[in-house]
Amino acid sequence: MSSAPRWLRRSRPVFTLYMPTLPFVLFALFPLYFMFVTSFKTNAELYDVNSVPFWIGRGVTFGHYQLLSNDTFFWSWFVNSLMVSVAASAISVVLGVLAAYPLARLKFPGAESFGVAIFITYLVPPSLLFLPLSTVVNRLGLSDSLWSLVVTYPTFLVPFCTWLLMGYFRTVPKEIEECAMLDGCNRLQTLIRILLPVAVPGVICAALFAFTLSWNEFLYALVFVSPAELKTLTVGVFSELIRGDIYYWGGLMAGACIGSFPIVIAYVFFLDYYVSGLTAGAVK
Amino acid sequence: MAASLVERVVEFKTLDGDVAKVVPRGDGHARTLSDVLVSDASVAYTFVAPAFFLLLFLVAYPFALSVWFSLSDARVGDAGGFIGLDNFQRLLTSSIFLQTLQNSIVFTALALGLKTVFGMVLALLLFRITRFKRLVRGAVLLPFIVPTALSTLVWWWMFEPLYSVVNWTLRALHVVNHDIPWLPDPYLAMFSVILVNTWRGLPFFAITLLAGLVAIPRELYEAAESDGAGPIGRFWHVTVPLVKPVLAVVILFSTIFTLADFNIVYVLTKGGPMNMTHLFATYSFALGLQSGQIGQGAAVSLFLFPILLAVVFVQLRVVRKSTTYE
Repeated sequence: MSSAPRWLRRSRPVFTLYMPTLPFVLFALFPLYFMFVTSFKTNAELYDVNSVPFWIGRGVTFGHYQLLSNDTFFWSWFVNSLMVSVAASAISVVLGVLAAYPLARLKFPGAESFGVAIFITYLVPPSLLFLPLSTVVNRLGLSDSLWSLVVTYPTFLVPFCTWLLMGYFRTVPKEIEECAMLDGCNRLQTLIRILLPVAVPGVICAALFAFTLSWNEFLYALVFVSPAELKTLTVGVFSELIRGDIYYWGGLMAGACIGSFPIVIAYVFFLDYYVSGLTAGAVK
Repeated sequence: MAASLVERVVEFKTLDGDVAKVVPRGDGHARTLSDVLVSDASVAYTFVAPAFFLLLFLVAYPFALSVWFSLSDARVGDAGGFIGLDNFQRLLTSSIFLQTLQNSIVFTALALGLKTVFGMVLALLLFRITRFKRLVRGAVLLPFIVPTALSTLVWWWMFEPLYSVVNWTLRALHVVNHDIPWLPDPYLAMFSVILVNTWRGLPFFAITLLAGLVAIPRELYEAAESDGAGPIGRFWHVTVPLVKPVLAVVILFSTIFTLADFNIVYVLTKGGPMNMTHLFATYSFALGLQSGQIGQGAAVSLFLFPILLAVVFVQLRVVRKSTTYE
């Protein structure tokens, strides 16, 4: 190996490392790139079998975005998604912090069973509960209202936030809290003044994931809310831009682009939080 | 004055078992929140209560309701009556349900297999990459973050019968000379659904396994190397055993979420063609909501529950124990 010329040794990672990684990156990014490109193509180009599909060949159009704005409730869906996601995430982070603290720190009868219960509900998929939940939502008089989502999203967000924050709180040395308590703080004060400031990254992480999970939610939003103007973005784009046999592909892609945009922006700024949140559940 | 203060000194045990003495502040006072939060247990219950009642009312109660529905002939707008195990009996003799069962096994097994193998390969690559590290990791993780219902729309467009970019490429490369019916053909539809699930789930595997790889102490590799182990020997004898607990957790988590998948199948195929891509979630949706047979629909979705329990059991018993070396 040492006899190999220097340029070869230097360029070896290109062949053994970067070239094999390239297909994975292309596989991950191509659909998203294609979504973006499609949303700016004219219909003439979209529905021409002979045009090269990989780039925009015959001029950029904003027609699909105009169709979204003018002919659908798109911006209502956007605002609905935003309101539901912010409300559900705020509720879930607060409940998650409150529940995670005793589970991580205090000894109390039933702690272990409650921990297991949290873990089980963390793993309950929405597709197991959407039928009975729609009955519950009905009885509460919340069907066809955004409140149905604000109330039901925490069922999967609270276990997630609790689990994540529990792991996070355990990494904070408890001595600093004990000092505060000797100085006369009670548990609530220690939690708010001592532990939370140290655990800010964990809280941000929980909030980011809660927001992302709510924004991306599809099944509950599809089942609980049916008036077109009250839909969330994921459901609205899917169900209102396919009319019978007519598919507004340009509009669908434009909606998918704007619908992915806030999440991608948050993601670019908080990549490390996403990575740590993703691995926290599995590695801890 | 001094004496009364001493009398009010409170002793309490810290978590380490030390006894600490605290002189409560404040003077003769009304009961405030801080007084309620005195003992650890009452603090704990107060803090846990909101989450507990939420989960009791919106998870445990609906679950019980679901069990009741599955034992009844409830329909939309009709509470129905108890009919025992009829729904389950009818399902187990229904060809559509048996097809759904088979689809679920095929879908989950293949998607999990693909995600495990390629997730491991990708994790090993990401582990060694030093240049553009953040950029590459960020790019690879993206499909997991973007809303699935929306990203599946673009896959639908990519598999569209007439204007499919996949077919266009294959024709341009002269691999095929006709359009491949990705979604109308039952087997290709299953392939497509598995492909999209793999696309979305691969980042979770790769990034989590990467975290597992990073946690392996470098000394172990050096020791193996000095014992004469080559790259392949190091992989099988150092990497695999040490990454196994993480791998097990990832596979367990993914088993549930792959099996319970709704979004991808519903958007891409709606369970068709000819029910060949129905999974428990989409079939339960079709039965319970679209044809209004809530009892049958609930029975279908409950088939997810034993698998959920099995995963929780394995996770809590086996995986937890094997990782206590931390």
